Amino acid sequence: MAVVTSGLAASAARSRWSPSWRMVLRNYLVHRRSKVFFLTGFLEPVLYLFSIGIGVGQLVEPFEFNGQLVGYAAFVAPGMLAASAMNGAVLDSTFSIYFKLKFEKLYDAVLATPMRTVDVARGEITWALLRGGVYSVGFLVVMLLMGLVDSWWAVLAVPATLLVGFAFSAVCMALTTFMRSWQDFDLVTLGVMPLFLFSATFFPITQYPGVLRWVVELTPLYRGVVLCRELTTGAVTWASAVSVVYLVAMGLIGLAVVSRRLGALLLR
Amino acid sequence: MTSVHVDPAPGRIERLNRQVDYWVTVYKRTWRGSVISSFLMPFLYVVAMGVLLGGLVDSGGASLDGAPSYLAYIAPGLVAAHAMQTAAGETMYPVLGAVKWNKTYLGMVATPLTPADIVTAHLGFVVFRVATACGAFLLVLGVFGLFTSVLGTVLAFFVQILIGLAFGTPLYAYSAGLKDPTPFAVIFRVLIMPLFLFSGAFFPVSNLPDAIEWLAWLSPLWHGVDLTRMLTLGTVDGPLALLHVVVLGTLAGVGYWWSIRRLTRRLMH
Amino acid sequence: MSQPVSHPDPTAAPRTSSEGPPSLIRATGLRKSFGDFEAVRGIDLDVPAGEAFGFLGPNGAGKSSTMRMIAAVSPPSAGELRILGLDPATHGPQIRARLGVCPQEDTLDTELSIRDNLVVYGRYFGLPRSECASRADELLRFFQLQEKARQKVESLSGGMKRRLTIARSLINQPDLLLLDEPTTGLDPQARHVLWDKLFRLKQQGVTLVLTTHYMDEAEQLCDRLVVMDKGEIVAEGSPLALIREHSTREVTELRFGVGQHESLAERIDDLAERVEVLPDRLLLYTDDGEETLARVHERGLEPAAVLVRRSTLEDVFLHLTGRTLVD
Repeated sequence: MAVVTSGLAASAARSRWSPSWRMVLRNYLVHRRSKVFFLTGFLEPVLYLFSIGIGVGQLVEPFEFNGQLVGYAAFVAPGMLAASAMNGAVLDSTFSIYFKLKFEKLYDAVLATPMRTVDVARGEITWALLRGGVYSVGFLVVMLLMGLVDSWWAVLAVPATLLVGFAFSAVCMALTTFMRSWQDFDLVTLGVMPLFLFSATFFPITQYPGVLRWVVELTPLYRGVVLCRELTTGAVTWASAVSVVYLVAMGLIGLAVVSRRLGALLLR
Repeated sequence: MTSVHVDPAPGRIERLNRQVDYWVTVYKRTWRGSVISSFLMPFLYVVAMGVLLGGLVDSGGASLDGAPSYLAYIAPGLVAAHAMQTAAGETMYPVLGAVKWNKTYLGMVATPLTPADIVTAHLGFVVFRVATACGAFLLVLGVFGLFTSVLGTVLAFFVQILIGLAFGTPLYAYSAGLKDPTPFAVIFRVLIMPLFLFSGAFFPVSNLPDAIEWLAWLSPLWHGVDLTRMLTLGTVDGPLALLHVVVLGTLAGVGYWWSIRRLTRRLMH
Repeated sequence: MSQPVSHPDPTAAPRTSSEGPPSLIRATGLRKSFGDFEAVRGIDLDVPAGEAFGFLGPNGAGKSSTMRMIAAVSPPSAGELRILGLDPATHGPQIRARLGVCPQEDTLDTELSIRDNLVVYGRYFGLPRSECASRADELLRFFQLQEKARQKVESLSGGMKRRLTIARSLINQPDLLLLDEPTTGLDPQARHVLWDKLFRLKQQGVTLVLTTHYMDEAEQLCDRLVVMDKGEIVAEGSPLALIREHSTREVTELRFGVGQHESLAERIDDLAERVEVLPDRLLLYTDDGEETLARVHERGLEPAAVLVRRSTLEDVFLHLTGRTLVD
């Protein structure tokens, strides 16, 4: 009997550390073995920046953004920052979660311990954010070295990318719990690619005619791109707050759905 | 001593013919999934980069290799890049999967088929995928009047198949000998993605710093992009075009030979 | 029950110039090495048509490497090998055209329907589509899978997948059926169903060559078998002959308390022809197990558990190698 009670006491003491950190630790241990994979993940936005921002940028005149004249590379860079935050979050929370859910049966094992579904969801999202955060800082350093950062506000671009990551992680993970087969992931590509290409990442939103512009204004990646762009160029306005509220709300809704769905899927 | 009646070994064509039903069933179960990546994605790129970004590009002067607009410049580049990506997609996971996960190849090699037959049929499927994806792409762009001549467009179509094989065969060989799939993600990020971005599809490689411009000339995709662009814009430079064909053809040939060698070692050890 | 595997076309059947059934597999000094590791160390084989021939041995004995060489998908490192009278190095495709292969791990196409797995496979042998279809339906009936014909492979149980793999290996009506560990990983019920099917094939005259590390499987199915250990053949014969030669008629198994077996063995080793000490029990090899047990009791020993049984190939293996088959 004594053994039992002391065991309970110990677990109560340990739980002061949020259990979701155990999920993060597990992912860290897995990724520690694939450093190349981790490092090259950082490459994608940098390559896009060099190619489109610099290469194509030589063909494009500087233009106005929120009343400031911005060079094309400085315009594209924050777009890549936000877009890569989204891409990373989507990958981590769709393919990799689905694999763990359906094939590795990882969560079945985890939930056989005192961990709860909400710990799993928070843990996975925390991990995705940490990884994304490291990438964002790296990318900002590249921007700084290339002279593409115009304002101290840029420091806040890191939390802004975390917010983008959080919003997309939560929503995509929620969608993943509804996926029936790998075929359904074509829908993920179908959603992500247009967001990547059309969220005013490579050209100003003024290129869109009339109503189309307002549709784009309502999409999540556009809110992330424009937020990052306002921060790195220093053209911050009250409208920036709209983007923040939008992304926070999106993330919270996603998280609520995930916790419920994981419970329904795993604790039948 | 025992002797057995021996059927003559079936010919190469016959052995390929025997695999047609397999690849037809593969296509029947995967075509839906490939519609988006094969037919829709390239157009999204054309609209985003060619039309919307292109609206900001100053198309006057010689900055675009003689193309009348940024859209006309980028369209052949995107087609060629699409040939590369389609071929890469069909020769990485599907090949390793057929060896390692669902072991389709192991079942095949227990029949009269040889590894060379298996490689050839699989590459035949890659050609089919590249031809349909790039053929449709070229057709639509052609209908919008982006290309100068029908003959040039038709030749460009065959160039896409050559590009597909120039990438497909070496990647096939690489995949056929792999133990696990982690290098694929890395290959995609350090090979496919940089080639896509820096091989003259989006901007002239002369815009790159000199040192990197040299690297771009080594890129097989640059040879494919430049050849496709010459043909669609009607600006063919004979000797250079020949060089492009030789480079791509050599890659395809060496890759094919290497693929058979690697798959034979993997399956018949 | 209709006959799914009609006997091969007489003009295509192996012809022999000498008397007796022709030899389908003949190997002399057959070796296979992978780098420094020698998986098969010089074995001789001769399997005549119509025989059910088995390789018995533990994991890593070289059974699967031998099977892959026989299947003409693995070139021998040394020695001579003739399958259906042909050299696999030069006539691989022709040999494989006459073989049915059921590999150790299923190589079914998991995304195709069950019937399509058979049809598509038949096409690899150059069979016309209509022929593939009718053979596929026959085989599905024989292996009791016809109700599942339209379903995907993933929906099948382990035993059904094995049945489908064997069905697939019969689509070309092979002269020689190779089965690598056909029932490993199956539950007892599924194993018996499969044994029944294989037994029927054997009765229809199909030459079976199988590997197994289950002695009951070898005893049930094999006319003749070789016991392999560390890449070599350590014994050869029919199951009964092997037992007669390398074991006694009966075995008395005694279980005592943990750690007592070693010392107790010395006190009773005169009661049997041979005594084997295993970590969890003592095996007394004798011609009359009950009699031996009575003598054990006479000595005042009271085992915690007792089993008197007939000798099996497991005992043969233990005697020949000093190790058990299944670890």
